[in-house]
Amino acid sequence: MSFLEVNDLKVHFPNRGGIFSRMSPPVKAVDGIHFTMEQGQTYGLVGESGSGKTTTGRAIIGLNTITSGSILFDGKPLAAGGSHRQSAFRRDIQMIFQDPYSSLNPKKRVLDIISEPLRNFEKLSASEEKRQVQQLLEKVGLSPESIYKYPHEFSGGQRQRIGIARAIALKPKLIIADEPVSALDVSVQAQVLNFMQDIQKELNLTYLLISHDLGIIRHMCDQIGIMYKGRYVEQGTTADIFDNPQHIYTKRLISAIPDIDPAKREEKYRFREAVKSEFEQAYGKYFDEDGMAYPLKPISETHFVALPERG
Amino acid sequence: MMVRGIPLNEELLKIEHLTTSFRIADHYYAAVDDVTLTVRENEVLAIVGESGSGKSALAYSIMGLHTRARIEGNIYFNGHDIAHISPSKLNKLRGNELGMIFQDPLSALNPLMIIGTQIEEAILLHKPKLSKKDRTNKAIELLAKVGIPRPEHTYGRYPHELSGGMRQRVVIAIAIANEPKLLIADEPTTALDVTIQLQILELLRMLKEHSKAGIVLITHDLGVVAEMADRVAVMYAGQIVEIADIYTLISNAKHPYTRSLLQSIPTANEAKSKLHVIQGIVPSLQNLPRHGCRFKSRIPWIDDSAHEAEPVMHEISPGHLVRCSCYKHFHFLDPKEGDRHHVIS
Repeated sequence: MSFLEVNDLKVHFPNRGGIFSRMSPPVKAVDGIHFTMEQGQTYGLVGESGSGKTTTGRAIIGLNTITSGSILFDGKPLAAGGSHRQSAFRRDIQMIFQDPYSSLNPKKRVLDIISEPLRNFEKLSASEEKRQVQQLLEKVGLSPESIYKYPHEFSGGQRQRIGIARAIALKPKLIIADEPVSALDVSVQAQVLNFMQDIQKELNLTYLLISHDLGIIRHMCDQIGIMYKGRYVEQGTTADIFDNPQHIYTKRLISAIPDIDPAKREEKYRFREAVKSEFEQAYGKYFDEDGMAYPLKPISETHFVALPERG
Repeated sequence: MMVRGIPLNEELLKIEHLTTSFRIADHYYAAVDDVTLTVRENEVLAIVGESGSGKSALAYSIMGLHTRARIEGNIYFNGHDIAHISPSKLNKLRGNELGMIFQDPLSALNPLMIIGTQIEEAILLHKPKLSKKDRTNKAIELLAKVGIPRPEHTYGRYPHELSGGMRQRVVIAIAIANEPKLLIADEPTTALDVTIQLQILELLRMLKEHSKAGIVLITHDLGVVAEMADRVAVMYAGQIVEIADIYTLISNAKHPYTRSLLQSIPTANEAKSKLHVIQGIVPSLQNLPRHGCRFKSRIPWIDDSAHEAEPVMHEISPGHLVRCSCYKHFHFLDPKEGDRHHVIS
């Protein structure tokens, strides 16, 4: 039994428009994806904007209504749609948001921000609540005296750590981190990523890390899924994806990562040209007539690639 | 003069002791503090720094886009001082010989105007004698030049109908409409996906090779810098702390800040390990130490005596300048953290 199992997940958004609100074909943001996650690991969802990676994350936590398919968490299904009866899952699954400037209420003190999940699920006395919040702040490396401060008094990295403190307040099992560091500077980014790894070990957390930055994905993840137009094009371990990419789209994505070594510019340039012409030539082979990816086929025990049926 | 076998071209932009200060309450605070640099023809100078380092304030100072800042020092463009000229004279340069590419293409474009008219506007201002038909042809030609498929069709589109990468291409088309000699690109690819980023960088490189223009590339992404730049200026807290050609900067960085930055990027070439974290935070504009080494508080394990009282730039090899003498004594706190450039070369 997997820790989290996503089966044939589809999230379609109805598309009404034109005269008399006629129904146009729905937007298939997520169109039939499967994946499983193991406890204590980090699973990376990669894709360009519009690939459906964020929608997938939001569907798991219940912020988007599922059109069809199922999500099994610890073997139990998360019902489609976000209903209050699922509150047990709400404790176990938490989210870290992209923008630490808009995900913290500017009118609330740090104490109120971090204790909000505690107030929803646990009946604590005021002093007990304060003690817990102080402990959480210490855990994320902020001074316990800052409980009466407001978000604007913190820097971007500190704010993101307040967001993390809120996410771990209820000792969740799964954290969905949607571009957790893309709004931060490189040095602050390093701080937050290191910290996420530390608390992962400490609390045996499982991360679903959603990002478009392949450097971060490689640094953090054990398993990676590459999405394109709502479908998976490739899935595998970090080594499978980076050392042995099979799908032409994955190859193109990896070749586009900027290289820090300027001496490799020429080499990189030729490599990209080669990948680009391969992409153009082999496009029809890797995508169907609608430009969508085929279903995944295993090529090894861990490595799956979207390839057409042969023969 | 030659640097690494490349002959040096004409100096296009020369900035001397530029200080841009903003008024907060009753005091002026310098966001750009005593910056001196040059940009040559056919050269990409990257300015790297984190938010609050003053890199965008510097770009806006060059373009004369600050309305309430106090600007001291000189900015020479093609030998003429543009820091202290009238707005009407500056308007003759901006959008003409001086082009700018903004970070967010959606807010840089007018949402109520079709793409074609926005490009034509730039042509009309500087070449008023061109007929309407010629302007339209020129606009379509520019759209084709920046790699937009079906330019005649895109001509009549509104910005919201285009994808982010296409919008940025339109912004670039406007910036190059009058064949500028100097292009200032403020985080041109930050809002874009990696594959689109690559296309935009390739476009900029192609335009540079074609027009021999100088480019000032402002970014926080060292990967982009390594892909594009000829020379790099690293800014910290309003000052340039290190300036060198790209090869020297990546393989032989000296300033503690540059070394720490290089150390903190997760690259796709290495597996799980701890990333380097720079202690403390970038001080706010009002709390900047105005004397002594500004990076001192971020490297407290380095002895005070290693820093200069009033740090100046030292030319340690031709074209490689480093601020403050603390670089000679700098080492990472954790001995296990070697410098990344030892790994590369």
